[in-house]
Parts: sequence; structure tokens; C-alpha cells
Amino acid sequence: MSTTLVERFQPDILVTGNKSLSNVNDDISVHVERFPTQKWWACFITALSVFGFGATLAGIMFANGLGVLGLNQPNGWGVFIVNFVFWVGIGHAGTLISAILFLFRQKWRTGINRAAEAMTIFAVMTALLFPVIHTGRPWYAIFWLIPYPNQRELWVNFRSPLLWDVFAVGTYFIISFVFWFVGLIPDLAVIRDRAKNPIRKFIYTLLSLGWRGSNKNWAHYEVAYMLFAGLSTPLVLSVHSVVSFDFAVSNLPGWHTTIFPPYFVAGAIFSGFAMVVTLLVIAREMFGLKNYITIGHLEKMNKIIMATGMMVGYAYACEFFIAWYSGSSFEKYAFINRAFGPYWWAYWTMTTCNVLIPQIFWFKKARTSIPIMFVVSLFVNIGMWFERFVITVTSLHRDFLPSSWAYYTPTWFDWGITLGSFGWFFIWFLLFCRLLPVIAMAEIKGVMES
Amino acid sequence: MKLSGVVAFFDKPSQLIEATKKVREARYANFDTFTPYPVHGLEAAQGIKRSPIPYVTFIFGITGCGLAFLLQYWTSAVDWPINVGGKPFNSWPAFVPVMFEVTILLAGLSTFAALLFFCRLPNFKKKAFDTSITRDRFALMIEAPGEGETFSENQVKDFLKATGAKEVRTVYEEGWF
Repeated sequence: MSTTLVERFQPDILVTGNKSLSNVNDDISVHVERFPTQKWWACFITALSVFGFGATLAGIMFANGLGVLGLNQPNGWGVFIVNFVFWVGIGHAGTLISAILFLFRQKWRTGINRAAEAMTIFAVMTALLFPVIHTGRPWYAIFWLIPYPNQRELWVNFRSPLLWDVFAVGTYFIISFVFWFVGLIPDLAVIRDRAKNPIRKFIYTLLSLGWRGSNKNWAHYEVAYMLFAGLSTPLVLSVHSVVSFDFAVSNLPGWHTTIFPPYFVAGAIFSGFAMVVTLLVIAREMFGLKNYITIGHLEKMNKIIMATGMMVGYAYACEFFIAWYSGSSFEKYAFINRAFGPYWWAYWTMTTCNVLIPQIFWFKKARTSIPIMFVVSLFVNIGMWFERFVITVTSLHRDFLPSSWAYYTPTWFDWGITLGSFGWFFIWFLLFCRLLPVIAMAEIKGVMES
Repeated sequence: MKLSGVVAFFDKPSQLIEATKKVREARYANFDTFTPYPVHGLEAAQGIKRSPIPYVTFIFGITGCGLAFLLQYWTSAVDWPINVGGKPFNSWPAFVPVMFEVTILLAGLSTFAALLFFCRLPNFKKKAFDTSITRDRFALMIEAPGEGETFSENQVKDFLKATGAKEVRTVYEEGWF
């Protein structure tokens, strides 16, 4: 290598503000150690009430039956399935950051991986609500979903993508949780060692499993961490692929396409990164973490948002091309109907938010501007919700038989329970911000050494 | 109280690595280093062997894959065969997604179990001897040998001081609670 190349290469500065190792502990642990601020309580009570509202509506729905929703023939799937796919998708960015970027040795992930992984777990917990409550009798759902020996001697249908989903999302939740916990062990030990309050000391001693930072342990730990990253990488790709099979394995025009698995995975990472940007822009402001989650981190995430946004844009175009190229009149109609039929507004909301708006990230000024990236990330979240709405609703509402065509309108039960799911997600995320270190301290120390 | 060992503290990881090499050359049987984050080069200096966890992961991954196939084959083709869309009872391509997921599930859970096993976690018997280790200090402990062997505290202390340690002191065994 010539010297000029070496000189031109500037390693990223991952932590600004000239921090020492002990500053890292102070800056990040302090939020766990003091009483929550009024702002936090305001957010928490809001989240609780929003969740309470949704839960009440869900209770009324269980009492009266699914008829209170907008579902009917031919739209047997509606907003609940849209929400399920949306929330599972949100989770994918966390695993991408924690596992895939780890395998690619992207050191900048250390600033954001803890919060992103927490987001993954809470998003999957939110997603899991929907398939369970949309059965209408959630207390039976466990018996329908899990293969276990029963008196009827019946088994679940292993040829159904819906069952594959149970295994995929269930495994995803368990493995993400274990991976996250393994990452937390050394940081829980930090909180334990700083604790002066005996109750806090006791709780964090238990949680940290008595971790001592021994290098005989670190050697196993690093190997296990690498293995988790290696296992999570194909897992995360499989999860949204399997979710896409829920649609793609059926014979409905608009669903029955081979592009679905990669298209869904790209969309999931796209929407997940938008959610990470939304959450971290707020968190770094509220918790004073600007030296750890720098503009450089956010800019890299915005680049990923733009790249994955163009991937989904390509998928939208490719679907139209194949609809024409296939020569199938049903397929062709499904796509023309999607863009110019009664749900045109949903289709163009999706395209504008997902393909057009992220193009602003070609400009460095936009990529590094907090207000712009915050607004764009909100648009992407909205756009990706509409993408799932477009796929689920517009394909169903006009199938092969024109006599069964209808226009699906969600009721306020659909909307209220959807809103409630955001309350549920934020309850967990806010608790996480108060009870656990939001940045992986041990990992960030490893990338600070000069 | 039972003597646990003699501990030396260092401010920089590079100093710890140098000291570790010297301790190893002096052929102390039992010693360990303690750091706030994994320090590269320390494993080699300390002579730690590669972790056997990947073998556990591999074996359980294969087991998960096999078990998932057997479960699906037995329930769909043997115990109660159901004709789904004219597909064969043993329609193995449809079993692949669940086989894959169970592979990952067992591999991941066994990795976690193996990590706890090899690290002797949860550890409630040996308390961390200094709270600064999870903050910013790097420590090396020469452990006291078992009954019947001689261990000269002062000799070890002098030796550790000579390696450039900032602070050297003895540690006694203590549980967390």
C-alpha cells in the first residue's frame, strides 16, 4: 500500500468529547441510578393510557366477537395482520445492527446496538399480540399453535406457512432475548459495582450472574457472542422470509410472487432503521448521549435507510414488470388495481414515503440534519405501515370473482387497538431506558482505546 | 478468612499484557486477569486455549435439525397422516422452514448454556474483589494454591510490584451475599 492511501484513511471517531473509560460508566449509568424525570413520567403515563385504551377495546372485542372489526368477506385479513408484519419488520434493524454489522466488523454499531436490540425485543413482543388476538379467542390460541400431544390426537399442520411463522417468530424472540442478555451481563456488573443502595446492589448482582470480568470468562464470552451473531444473521433473514410466505404461498394475485422474501427483508430493515433513528434522535437528546450516538452514527444509518429504500423501490417496480411479463390477466389486474383502483391513496402514500422522500439523503446536509432525518424517519415508518396495508388489503379486496369484491374499511376498534400497540411498545422501551444501560458500555470501551 | 490470592492493578491494558507475559514466564500455576472489556492480545499472553463452545453449538444445531424433521415426519406421515392438497405425507420441502428454525433455536440456547457452564456462571461464591475493574482498571491475580503447598505472600507481592503494578494487595475469599 502506498503511503498516500494510509494517510487518506481516517478511522471513524466513534466517541467524541474526549471521554475517559470512567466517564463512559458515569454518563451512561447515571440514568439508571436516579429517580426518573418528570418528562419520563409524562411519557410513561401517556404510554400506559394509550395501551389501556387499546386493551379496553380489545376486551370489548373479545366479549362481542371479531364482528366489531372491519373484517368481512373477502377481506379476512386486515389491520391486525398489517400491524403484525409492521412490528416484526421494525425488529429486524436491531438484529441487523447487533449481528450482521458485528460480523462485518462495523465498530460504529457499539454506540447503538443495545437500544436497537431492545427495540427488536419489544417490537416482536408487540407483533406477537396481533396474531394471538386476531383469533378472537386468544386463550385457545396456544393450543392451536403449539404441537403437543392432546386428547384429540391431532397435530398442527406443518405444511402451513402460518405454523412456520410460529416457529420463526418464536425462535426469533427467544434468540434475540438471549443474545441481548448476554450482551448485558458485563454492563449489569457495572451497575452492580456502582450501586450504593443495597437493594439495587442485590438485584443487579443477581442479574449480572456474579460476573467478575475475568479473562478466562471473556474468552468464552467473545466466542459465544460471535456464535450468537452468526446464528442471528440467517435467523433474521429467515424470519421475514417466513412472514412473506404467509402471503406468497397462497394463490392470490398480488401475493403469489417469488420476490416476496427478499423484498420483505429489505423492507423490514428499511422500516427498522427508520424506527431506530426516530428513537435514538429522541434518546440522545433526553439522556445527553450526543458524544456516544454522534451525527456520524446517524449519518451511517441514514445511508442504510436510503439504500434499503431504493431496494424496496426496485421491488415495487419489479412486481409491476412481472405482472405485465407474466401475461396473467389476474396478475396484471391486481397491480393496476393497486395503483389506480379504490385504494390508490394507500399505494401512492407508500411510494411517496418509501421511495421518493428518502432520496433527500443523497445530500450530506440532509443526512446530518437532525430535524430532517427525524421527519424522514417518521415518513418511512408511515410508508412502511402502508406498504403492508397495500399488500394485505388491496390484494384481498378484489380477487378472482368480481361478485365478491368489496371495499374494506377498518373500524375504530381496528385503529384503537393499533394505537394501543404503540402504547405497549413504548411502555417497555421507557422502562428499558430507566432500568438498563442504553449503551453497551463494555463494548464502547473496547473501541475507544487509541 | 481463606486467602484467595494477590492482586496487582494496572492503568493501561498494554501494561497488563506485559505483566501477564512475565507472570506466565515465571510459571505461576494459577493466575487470571480481570478487565472492563475484552483486551486483544491478552488471551495469547495468558495462554488461554480456544473456547470449546462452538462444538456444543454445532452438535445441538444438528440435533435440533434432526429432531424437527422427526417430529414433523412422525406427526404428518405416521401418527395421523392428513392429505393436504394432494401432497405426499412426507412432504419434506415443506418441513424445511421449521427444521431451520429449530436448528437455530437449539444451537442458540445450547450456546448460552455452554457459556454459563464454562464461565461457571451464575457465580455467587466469588465476589468481585474491586469495583474499579468494571470501570477502568486492569487487574492480575495470582491465586493462592490449595492446602499443603507453600505460598509466600510477600515474595509474590514483590514480584508483582516489579512488573510495574500501580497497586498490589492480598485478597480473601468472599461470597456475594
